[in-house]
Order: sequence, then C-alpha cells, then structure tokens
Amino acid sequence: MNTFIFFAAAAIAISASILVITQRNPIASVMYLVTSFVAQVVLFIKLSAAFLAMLQIIVYAGAILVLFLFVIMLLNLRREDFGRDIKLRYKPVAVAFAIVMLLQVIVIVDSSEIVKQAGASLPADFGSVKAVGIELFTNYLYPFELTSVLLIVAVLGAVVMAKRSL
Amino acid sequence: MIENGMIPIEWFLIVSGVIFCIGMVGVIIARNVMIIFMSIELMLNAANLAIVAFSRDLGVLGGHVMVFVVMTVAAAEAAVGLAIILALFRNRDSESANIDEVNLLKW
Repeated sequence: MNTFIFFAAAAIAISASILVITQRNPIASVMYLVTSFVAQVVLFIKLSAAFLAMLQIIVYAGAILVLFLFVIMLLNLRREDFGRDIKLRYKPVAVAFAIVMLLQVIVIVDSSEIVKQAGASLPADFGSVKAVGIELFTNYLYPFELTSVLLIVAVLGAVVMAKRSL
Repeated sequence: MIENGMIPIEWFLIVSGVIFCIGMVGVIIARNVMIIFMSIELMLNAANLAIVAFSRDLGVLGGHVMVFVVMTVAAAEAAVGLAIILALFRNRDSESANIDEVNLLKW
C-alpha cells in the first residue's frame, strides 16, 4: 500500500510536470503545476515532513500559483498571442541536456556514497510543526531572520518595478 | 508516519531528478515567458524533494529548514519576476508572450 501510494503520487507528479511544459495556454499550465505540487505534497508526507507538506499547499499552491494566475489574467492575452508552443530549433539541445542530467542522476543514485539509514532512528515527531519550529528558532535563527530581509527586498523591488513612473 | 521508512531514498531522488529535467527542458524549449517561469518553479520544487529525502535519510531536521528558505526564495523570485513581466508588457506595443521577441535592451 505504501509503495502503491508512492508510485501513484510520483506518476501524477511527473506526468503533470510534462503537461506543464507542453501546454499552449498558460492558465492550463498553472492548473497542471498545481496538480504536480499536490502530488509532491504526498511525497513529502511519505517522507514524514508534515509541516513542509502543509507549507507547500499553503505557500506554493495557495499563494505563489494564485499570483501566477493573477498576472496571466491581468496580461489579458488573446488566443492568437500565445504563439507557437515550443521552439523546435532547440529541441535537440533540450533532449541532449535532459539525457545527460538523467544519466548523472542515475550514476549518483547508483553509487554507494549515499548514506543508507532507512529512517530507522527517526523520532516520533520528526518533521512536525513543533520539531521544525524548535530547529528554526534555535539552530537556524540567523538564516531565518535573513529570509525576512530577503522578503523585504523582494517587496521593495516589486513595487519599484511595477510603478508606472519613478 | 514513521513506518514509511521502508521506501528507499533512491526512488525519491529519481523522481526528483526526472522532475528537474522536465523543468530544465521547459526552460529551454518554451516560448511563453510564463511557462518558462513555471518551469523554474518546477526545478525549485524538485530540489526541495531531494533535500527532504536526504533529511529523512540522515535523520536531521536542518534539511527542512533549508526547504523553508527555498520556499521563501521562490516567493521572492515570483514577486520580482512577475513584476518584471508586467513591466515588460506595459512598455511594449506588441502584446505577445513570446520570449523571442524581447530582444532589445532599451526601447
């Protein structure tokens, strides 16, 4: 059952990802991207990352992709503006890159460098909100504060760029 | 949730690698600027999946914090990138999402 859920989620995630890059209509692309992210949330839960699974739904599917949809609808593209879907000229390059990357993944996964502990010694609350929160506010407090600076900078940059006249 | 340890990390890494490759192919072959942007999000998410898999395997929570930071970076990137796209569309006459037509540094 465990394996079946993993394979179902992985298949949905991969096929939805392929559909994202082959659509002509960007709104359909966003919908398939949501599907892919939700399938990856299932994989996160399989990895006992409950807090990140919730965060993925709320932040990615809930906030970032809605922002995407908002901008696409604001641009108000007509159907003839979508253009031809893919650049056929670059297709061999893309296929070559993909094959090389996949070979690298297989070689790395095949090597014995990966430490195999199979999650045997995980505590019961691994990946819970409390455990991640304690980690975030003790060992990683400084990076956490730096992300707030990053968000401020991003907000200022977005405002400056979206202004009609400075 | 602990009994899920039976799924080996390699499977997650392969899924992550495949999704990353799909995102990379999308960046190379897509014409629509929005779809290129979504492919970048796909690649970020594939990296997140690999980080969480390693975090589970090593039994450390630092990877979860790392994914948290990556999500923040993705949000910041989406805000700035979409602002750039909006500015691009506002300043140009032809309203097409084709990235090949954006070939001027100044207009």
